[in-house]
Amino acid sequence: MNVSTMADMMAQGKQPEVLFWVGAAGSYDDRAKKITKAFVKILDMAGVDFAVLGTEESSTGDAAKRAGNEFLFQMQAMTNIEVLNAYEVKTIVTCDPHSFNTIKNEYPGLGGKYKVYHHTQYISKLIQDGRLSIDDTNLKGKRVTYHDPCYLGRANDVYETPRQLINRLGVKMTEMKRNKSTALCCGAGGAQMFKEPEKGDMDINVLRTEDALETNPQIIATGCPYCNTMMTDGVKFKLKEDQVVVKDIAELIAEANNL
Amino acid sequence: MEKYVPNIFFALILIAGIGYFVMNVRKLIRNIKLGKDIDRTDRKPERWKNMAKIALGQYKMVRRPVSGILHIVVYVGFILINIEMLEIVIDGLFGTHRVFQPILGDTIYGFLIGNFEVLAALVFVAVIIFWLRRNIQRVKRFWSKEMTSWPKNDGNIILYFEMVLMSLFLIMNATDVNFQEAGAGNVVSQFIAPWFSSFSHEELHTIEKTAWWLHIVGILIFLNYLYYSKHLHILLAFPNTFFAKLDPKGQLDNLEAVTNEVKMMMDPDADPYAMPEEGAEDEVPAKFGASDVTDLNWVQLMNAYTCTECGRCTSSCPANLTGKELSPRKIMMDTRDRLEEVGKNIDANGGEFKDDGKQLLNDYISPEELWACTSCNACVQECPIGIDPLSIIMEMRRYLVMEESAAPQELNMMMTNIENNGAPWQYSQMDRLNWKDE
Repeated sequence: MNVSTMADMMAQGKQPEVLFWVGAAGSYDDRAKKITKAFVKILDMAGVDFAVLGTEESSTGDAAKRAGNEFLFQMQAMTNIEVLNAYEVKTIVTCDPHSFNTIKNEYPGLGGKYKVYHHTQYISKLIQDGRLSIDDTNLKGKRVTYHDPCYLGRANDVYETPRQLINRLGVKMTEMKRNKSTALCCGAGGAQMFKEPEKGDMDINVLRTEDALETNPQIIATGCPYCNTMMTDGVKFKLKEDQVVVKDIAELIAEANNL
Repeated sequence: MEKYVPNIFFALILIAGIGYFVMNVRKLIRNIKLGKDIDRTDRKPERWKNMAKIALGQYKMVRRPVSGILHIVVYVGFILINIEMLEIVIDGLFGTHRVFQPILGDTIYGFLIGNFEVLAALVFVAVIIFWLRRNIQRVKRFWSKEMTSWPKNDGNIILYFEMVLMSLFLIMNATDVNFQEAGAGNVVSQFIAPWFSSFSHEELHTIEKTAWWLHIVGILIFLNYLYYSKHLHILLAFPNTFFAKLDPKGQLDNLEAVTNEVKMMMDPDADPYAMPEEGAEDEVPAKFGASDVTDLNWVQLMNAYTCTECGRCTSSCPANLTGKELSPRKIMMDTRDRLEEVGKNIDANGGEFKDDGKQLLNDYISPEELWACTSCNACVQECPIGIDPLSIIMEMRRYLVMEESAAPQELNMMMTNIENNGAPWQYSQMDRLNWKDE
């Protein structure tokens, strides 16, 4: 895949229109890498001039902050901000709602002020600007439900944009009983992704997967690599992996457009 | 002289009732001020708007339609019927009887009292339904672990108070012979009056007077009950919604003391051996995060007093729904109970807090509860009066991690990885772009 880094760009004296913040999951996690690649294909299709930080990107510090380690968070944040500001980055897009929330809301107070998009918002903007269209025939009629990532939904009130994209796919969308501001967490937020859950009756991702399965979907769509992992595990736990797939909206759009 | 005894008696109980309440309100304010300072006076128009919408307008209540609509009935009834208090106080102080009746004339007075009567009846019915939901239908959120003993009784006592007060108001009107004969405003009480038809005028007058006195005494007792009860929300909901966080819910504050230290560490020109300037204030706080109520800010403490234990937060908390120990409502109740304990300690020790060997962490809230939180903001979203339990949980995690290094082992590994290789997992930072060639 042809992906430029900010360093490459700078060497050529160029400034990309947007920086793609890949995030740790999108860089290292095998499942999330597929989301990253799908989004890159979409950016390429729309002719977006973008770059990544590559090896200069480091953890946003979101997980450290939510685990209570404010020192580590601010160390990470300030290091990242120094890099971003050195490259004079103005606009950032990311497939990770946690990075989105942290860079958008928590970096400005530490000197990092950027226009930050979640990838669903950026794709929506590309469509509005006439740079991208979605083929609504390939996924036509598929039964889809959408799981709201907490850090996109409640945390930042982005509920409609992902749904509008899903509706452009020509699929049959059914809401779960808990949706939008009442959506149940997948269980990964607040650094839970990196630890075993506390003692309880069941795991949160299983409960949320049950919500999703009640809508009898073929596809559980979401917009977060961590939600993706949790829901995929939930579907496996429920022995439904033959009938239900968990997909990021970027993957669905890439699939719809035969990318 | 003897003829003024009731007036004097009335004045005395009024002064005592309001005086004791004011004393407790001052204690309440003092306790809230034990919290750390935080500036929530910016963006005033938005704050007024939130207060009007959420507290006055009850707009978040109807997220749960049944309890929401019933609550609005009781709320509107409570506010409007209290207008009648003005007349009751004047009558009590000056020995008049329905002083506004001749002033306003039968039409207007009858219209007002008629509305109050309808509201009183509606409140009575709503309160009965509330009681049934709590005790017969046993709505789950009223039967959680933290809802035993006092919190459980408190919920019911408030309902009994309202039932009795509304009944007394209607009985007082039903047994007022002149009021019934005038026939203006006795919309509901005309149907209660026949229950008393066997009594003489004399007896009716005694019943009316008794109901009148019990009603006003009951209201004064109820007023003073507030401080000891979750029912304080009827007052605190207003400042609580005004001072609530306006930033996106996902935004956590950046600890300023940490920012200063990190900036120092990252500044290549900083002299690591530099002595603090003479007279320079030591900006590093004694403690990072919160282990006790006095480490929290005053808005968080006000949140705790405002909580009315409805449990909408807990009933939407993913951790609680899956059987974990965490309950956002309990976080708020614990914070309030500990704050009350600290306040009583200060009262008992002449205005000075004496170490009691206890704190909010461990003695009230366990690390297990704190670590179960997914920071999903469902509790914050659901609170009908803008309470933020998540901010307290995060503040206490900060204490556990930055002061005690007491994070779960897996989180320590995650943080070590971020420190060493810039990712929560153990991958080399040099491999960050490998995906493009895979």
